[in-house]
Amino acid sequence: MSGKEYRTITDVKGPLVFLNKTEPVAFGEIVELRLTDGSMKNGQVLDTSDDLVVVQVFEGTAGVDLGTGVKFMGDVFKLPVSKDLIGRILDGAGRPRDGGPDIVAEANADIIGAAINPYSRQSPHDFIQTGISAIDCCTTLVRGQKLPIFSASGLPHNDIALQIARQAKLTDSDEEFIVVFCAMGITAEEYNFFRSDLERTGALENAVLFVNLADDPAVERLITPRLALTAAEYLAFEHDYHVLVIYTDVTNYCDALRQIGAAREEVPGRRGYPGYMYTDLAMLYERAGLVKGKKGSITQFPIVTMPGDDITHPIPDLSGYITEGQIVISRELHGSGIYPPINVLPSLSRLMGGTIGEKTTREDHKSVSDQMYAGYAQGRELRGLVAIVGEDALNERDKQLLDFSGLFEDKFLRQSRDEDRSIDETLDLCWDLMQNISTKYLVRLDQKWIDKYHPSEKK
Amino acid sequence: MSDENGVIYRISGPVVTATGIRSRMYEVVRVGHEGLMGEVIELHGDKSVIQVYEDTSGIRPGEPVVRTGQTLSVQLGPGLLTQIYDGIQRPLPILAETMGTFIERGVDADGLDQEKLWNFEATVSVGDEVTSGMTIGTVQETETIVHKVMVPPGQGGKVTSIESGEFNVTQIVCSLDDGSEIAMMQKWPVRTPRPFTQKYAPETPLVTGMRILDFLFPLAKGGAAGIPGPFGSGKTVTQQSLAKYSDAQIVVYIGCGERGNEMTEVLDEFPHLIDPNTGKPLMNRTVMIANTSNMPVAAREASVYTGITIAEYFRDMGYDVALMADSTSRWAEAMREISSRLEEMPGEEGYPAYLSSRLAEFYERAGRVETLEGEDGSVTVIGAVSPPGGDISEPVSQGTLRIVKVFWGLDAPLARQRHFPAINWLNSYSLYPQSLAQWFRDNISQDFPEVRTEISSLLQVEAELQEIVQLVGSDALPVDQQLTLEVARMIREFFLQQNAFHDIDAYSGVDQQYHMAKAILTFQESAKAAIAAGAQLEDVVNVTGRTDLMRARFEEGYLDRMDDLVENMTKQIASAVEE
Repeated sequence: MSGKEYRTITDVKGPLVFLNKTEPVAFGEIVELRLTDGSMKNGQVLDTSDDLVVVQVFEGTAGVDLGTGVKFMGDVFKLPVSKDLIGRILDGAGRPRDGGPDIVAEANADIIGAAINPYSRQSPHDFIQTGISAIDCCTTLVRGQKLPIFSASGLPHNDIALQIARQAKLTDSDEEFIVVFCAMGITAEEYNFFRSDLERTGALENAVLFVNLADDPAVERLITPRLALTAAEYLAFEHDYHVLVIYTDVTNYCDALRQIGAAREEVPGRRGYPGYMYTDLAMLYERAGLVKGKKGSITQFPIVTMPGDDITHPIPDLSGYITEGQIVISRELHGSGIYPPINVLPSLSRLMGGTIGEKTTREDHKSVSDQMYAGYAQGRELRGLVAIVGEDALNERDKQLLDFSGLFEDKFLRQSRDEDRSIDETLDLCWDLMQNISTKYLVRLDQKWIDKYHPSEKK
Repeated sequence: MSDENGVIYRISGPVVTATGIRSRMYEVVRVGHEGLMGEVIELHGDKSVIQVYEDTSGIRPGEPVVRTGQTLSVQLGPGLLTQIYDGIQRPLPILAETMGTFIERGVDADGLDQEKLWNFEATVSVGDEVTSGMTIGTVQETETIVHKVMVPPGQGGKVTSIESGEFNVTQIVCSLDDGSEIAMMQKWPVRTPRPFTQKYAPETPLVTGMRILDFLFPLAKGGAAGIPGPFGSGKTVTQQSLAKYSDAQIVVYIGCGERGNEMTEVLDEFPHLIDPNTGKPLMNRTVMIANTSNMPVAAREASVYTGITIAEYFRDMGYDVALMADSTSRWAEAMREISSRLEEMPGEEGYPAYLSSRLAEFYERAGRVETLEGEDGSVTVIGAVSPPGGDISEPVSQGTLRIVKVFWGLDAPLARQRHFPAINWLNSYSLYPQSLAQWFRDNISQDFPEVRTEISSLLQVEAELQEIVQLVGSDALPVDQQLTLEVARMIREFFLQQNAFHDIDAYSGVDQQYHMAKAILTFQESAKAAIAAGAQLEDVVNVTGRTDLMRARFEEGYLDRMDDLVENMTKQIASAVEE
């Protein structure tokens, strides 16, 4: 059906091109534009009718005029997928960026991706050890989970994501993860940071990178994560890989979504973001998981920077409703020089409860995690009180909890960027720190674990 | 071009415009070469606007659109229970069989297995006069549930033939002299409420086994409740607990625009869970509808109607049905998305202006009714709401609160303190305690309503005292107020907190709830007396008997042991005077 070139553009508005009198064009069909200077652009059909077709141009509409030729390619956007993707770096539209040859396709996969039938899913229950105590103990990552990092500008979320990518492993098998990294509108500097780190550790050979940088077309960002997830699905469900998908930054993605919505004069929802943003984000996040009868898995690690550190902003808010928990980075902890500055109090892993325990981590994990959390929460609360009444006004229990909250941050949270703690080390460290609170105040701990693990009770 | 067949004029996401057909509003049409299912939602001259229940990528203008003449309907009959459907009643296991792991489009599947044979036992005989809604026979659908085969609404007459035996759902089992032929399966349009004789005022509580709900904020069978809460506050856990433990006979669980893994968890868990009321697997009484967040948005819009129609059908058999919709906000967002594609003038926050009337119509399908047959049946609706940023001033929460009589407000700070269920006792409410008081008096204890009032006022007093404590510290309060704080803490930690994942604590019978509340008041009374007699507050509150009483709730046979535990505690408190 391709071949005919139309020169019937009537309007150009932002990233959108409107044209009429075409053949019947499919919804979602891929479009090629030939500008009058001979250069080429790509786009996709957003709205189609007998009279009018709306095309969103990925590279932006700079240079497009009413004489620009528009060719419809007869198919929706597909990504050539193959095992050869591993080790490659592609741009935000799926073209090689590393100077290598084109991908020889084993298959062409529709990038929109169909929904996984809930009946075909398998509940995720495999513990991933990240080597970061705060995550392993308090917001345990599970294979097949989608667990975003809620961060903000100026915070070391990239370091944490990379540390996880480097250290993530299963404790009961030697299966390794391959990383699919998807950059959406991040700076070249950030990208180089990711790439050189992956290169340094040798992970790049086992990674696929999709890169849309800040100066690349914003609209292209809307397809970049879909390409990455399509590649991930292919590698996971056709080739049995365990895939860790890191994408950054979801906020840039949503801003691109808003840009298109505004250009189409859609009725905006909260803060100008389109009303369908929840569904749109779900179509990315829900492409994580395990399915029955397949060995591979997709674990997602999106990075969301919260505008103005505001967790109620629509982007983190809608994300939180879809993802299975969140890891929240704290500016306050970062300011006091603690790495990784993970605030465990608002952080959560929804799949943790069904995963941890004797079979996967350790029998005392749940109990220890509850007690560490409770002790830290109470200690943090007391800091506010101390600021008013002074430390002397505290009773014995409160003093211990206050001190504990300091130790929690200094010894438990703090670790170096290449420190890889095993889950046993992490839990032993917890017991070590809990010695600073009298046993009678450790009400969340089962007596049997105190008898077995408490350093001063242990025989 | 005939009126039955038209062509696509325009495609914009899930909204397709067709020309050349003369369709009716809410009629189901088949769109494109693949025959995607859609529903007419607007008429514009010769153009019909259709919402399509499947992905529309790759569809072109000029492809055919065919009328079906029917409105969106569900198949009702034996085979509904234990099934899991998508938003338009396609069984997900069948879709998995035909399409594999991913849900592709253009596949049809009957809601009910058309081949399976059921053992139909006629309960009327030839010559009997039957009317709409009357039972003509029964089928043992699952171990615990007898499915009544009813005369479809609008039909009735003298039975001319009826036969017991093995039939599939489409075979005729009964003929009437008005010419109707009745099979076990009937169809009903989802957007039309099923008829009944009259609505009654609810007077029986839906017992959920959750202390804070049954005791402080009870929901009546036939009532409607809203559970708003920010993410991570435990909406889904609460809804799932209700699906597990509430004493409804039938449960319809709608996962509307939520996480895929959560539905998988329910699917994995329910067949192994035992219904505390019947001792049989919970799955036997459950129908599930799963339209996850990434499944087509128009089918999400339809899913709540599919669910409530199935609920009404079981109500018509005289059952008490509970319907959980998680989350109604995603349903409202589906409406908003479709509305914005229709370029309708928006109301608040981009939601369509008809949002609140749609919400009201939906919740109004709840109720306790006299069925056409004269039986007593009910549909209780519990809708989760996911307000953006946890702020319930938004349109969906507000639209819900105007209709429902029970509000269970989930609270992020409580969840952060790991106080579960994180239902805020200060802003939650129920308007049913008055109408349910008699039931509680007759079935639990004469003074039940008074004990309830006492417990809830203690919590109110605590809230006021806490404000003072924030300023001056608790030591500055007089002893009796310090005791009140201690009692309130006991209510919170011993009574309101409940572990939904603990084998024993997850379910607490109303009788036990009452005794626990009484135990707290007994503690207060004896502590007051002891302090008046000269005992120290610290000695009184720290008696081991109280800790024993509180801890024992995690052990089996708690209710039987309570009297001894309470007696032991009061003895110890009394002896604190002498020390």
